Amino acid sequence: MNATLTVFRRELAGYFATPVAYVFIVIFLVLSGALTFTIGNFFARGQADLMPFFSFVPWLFLFLVPALTMRLWAEERRLGTIELLLTLPIAQWQAVAGKFLAAWAFCAIALSLTFPLVMTVNLLGEPDNGVILAGYLGCLLVAGAFLAVGAAISALTKNQVIAFVLAVAACFFLTAAGSPVVTEFLSQRIPELAQVARGISVTDRLAGFSRGVISARDVIFFASLIAFFLFANTLIIDQRKAD
Amino acid sequence: MAALIEIEGLTKRFGAFTAVDKVSFSVARGEVVGFLGPNGAGKSTTMRMLAGFMTPTQGTARICGEDVVERPVAAKRHLGFLPEGAPTYPEMTVLAFLTFCMRARGFSAGDAAARVAHAMEMTQLEGVRLQPVETLSKGFKRRVGLAAALAHDPPVLVLDEPTDGLDPNQKHEVRNLIRAMAPDKAIIISTHILEEVGAVCTRALVIARGRVVADATPAELAARGAGMEAVFRGLTLGEAA
Repeated sequence: MNATLTVFRRELAGYFATPVAYVFIVIFLVLSGALTFTIGNFFARGQADLMPFFSFVPWLFLFLVPALTMRLWAEERRLGTIELLLTLPIAQWQAVAGKFLAAWAFCAIALSLTFPLVMTVNLLGEPDNGVILAGYLGCLLVAGAFLAVGAAISALTKNQVIAFVLAVAACFFLTAAGSPVVTEFLSQRIPELAQVARGISVTDRLAGFSRGVISARDVIFFASLIAFFLFANTLIIDQRKAD
Repeated sequence: MAALIEIEGLTKRFGAFTAVDKVSFSVARGEVVGFLGPNGAGKSTTMRMLAGFMTPTQGTARICGEDVVERPVAAKRHLGFLPEGAPTYPEMTVLAFLTFCMRARGFSAGDAAARVAHAMEMTQLEGVRLQPVETLSKGFKRRVGLAAALAHDPPVLVLDEPTDGLDPNQKHEVRNLIRAMAPDKAIIISTHILEEVGAVCTRALVIARGRVVADATPAELAARGAGMEAVFRGLTLGEAA
């Protein structure tokens, strides 16, 4: 556990030692704010909640999270530091977990910096802050799922562009699977698949959270998705660390 | 005295290509083995397998009795490894990087700080301790990697080209450092520089096309023909013909 924590600290400090952290956070805040207030009709809706914000988060994470994960392993491979990291007396899963948790904590920091939105709704009306908290939890789980997928993809290649593009595609698949376009198309033609598509969609599940419903199946879905991809990540690193 | 490094039938194949072919040798405490061979002979691959970074196709290696395949974490604890090219995290400062390595090895914050200070003194890095590694020259980067491999005072050192990129003075310092540590460690260094073997090694191991073709003291090796260079050429080119 100690080794995980050491890797975690190094990684998290690494984000802030380079402009990565600041660019990511600023772009995330600008886009999430702009989308919430323009397309999301934050004011015109006349409701004291953060529904519009939560509905845009997966679409922002869809390309911002792969920008974080693309370097996780691909960069280590390119610099050769993977050889250094994996010849330290730490287990591979500890390195995987440390990197993932650091990226996740970083996403949590970015999310928490949207607190002015919470203050705004609290000033303008009387929102149910429990519901808002559940929505944030949902966003964090979506980030975790995207990070786990992106990190595993990053472990497959030393090319960061490939890692980015493939991770965006995978996250898009997880996000769009539940969108009306996809599910209507599928339910008209292949109804069985529509059910599956809705099942793997993170947007449907996030909608539940943003209404304040924390259901066990959704939490288990995210937990197992993250666990599966971290496990895959460890296996990939073990198999291909020296390639 | 029991050997600190034991390599048994170590083999690595990449598809049809055999990079390392049933290499076996052992290194006892006090020995400095110079690992020689042309580029692509399998030096780095052997060292990577020994360090637990590459999984051998066949065979195994033991560091202080711990099998690198079966018990990789235990084996790595006894090892100081300088990978080829001395990779480091570019954005970290020298101090932060070395501290990270020691913390990852399980040392407490105070213990890590003391070890890092000692290692920086040995490798003369104090002047650049707060500089990001990416701003340093090649020689400094190499010494940062070296410091990371030495700082925990491991009984086994595996150094892949430790003097590559250093100027003559720095080479001299690093050789002195290796000589000073030699009595209570088992050390393997790979190098292209033949005179280095004579200068620091107690034993020379020549590898060509994945196989050990000579294992002798540097003096014995040089005595086999007209000097070390001629013998090296004979051993490594003769096989390829």
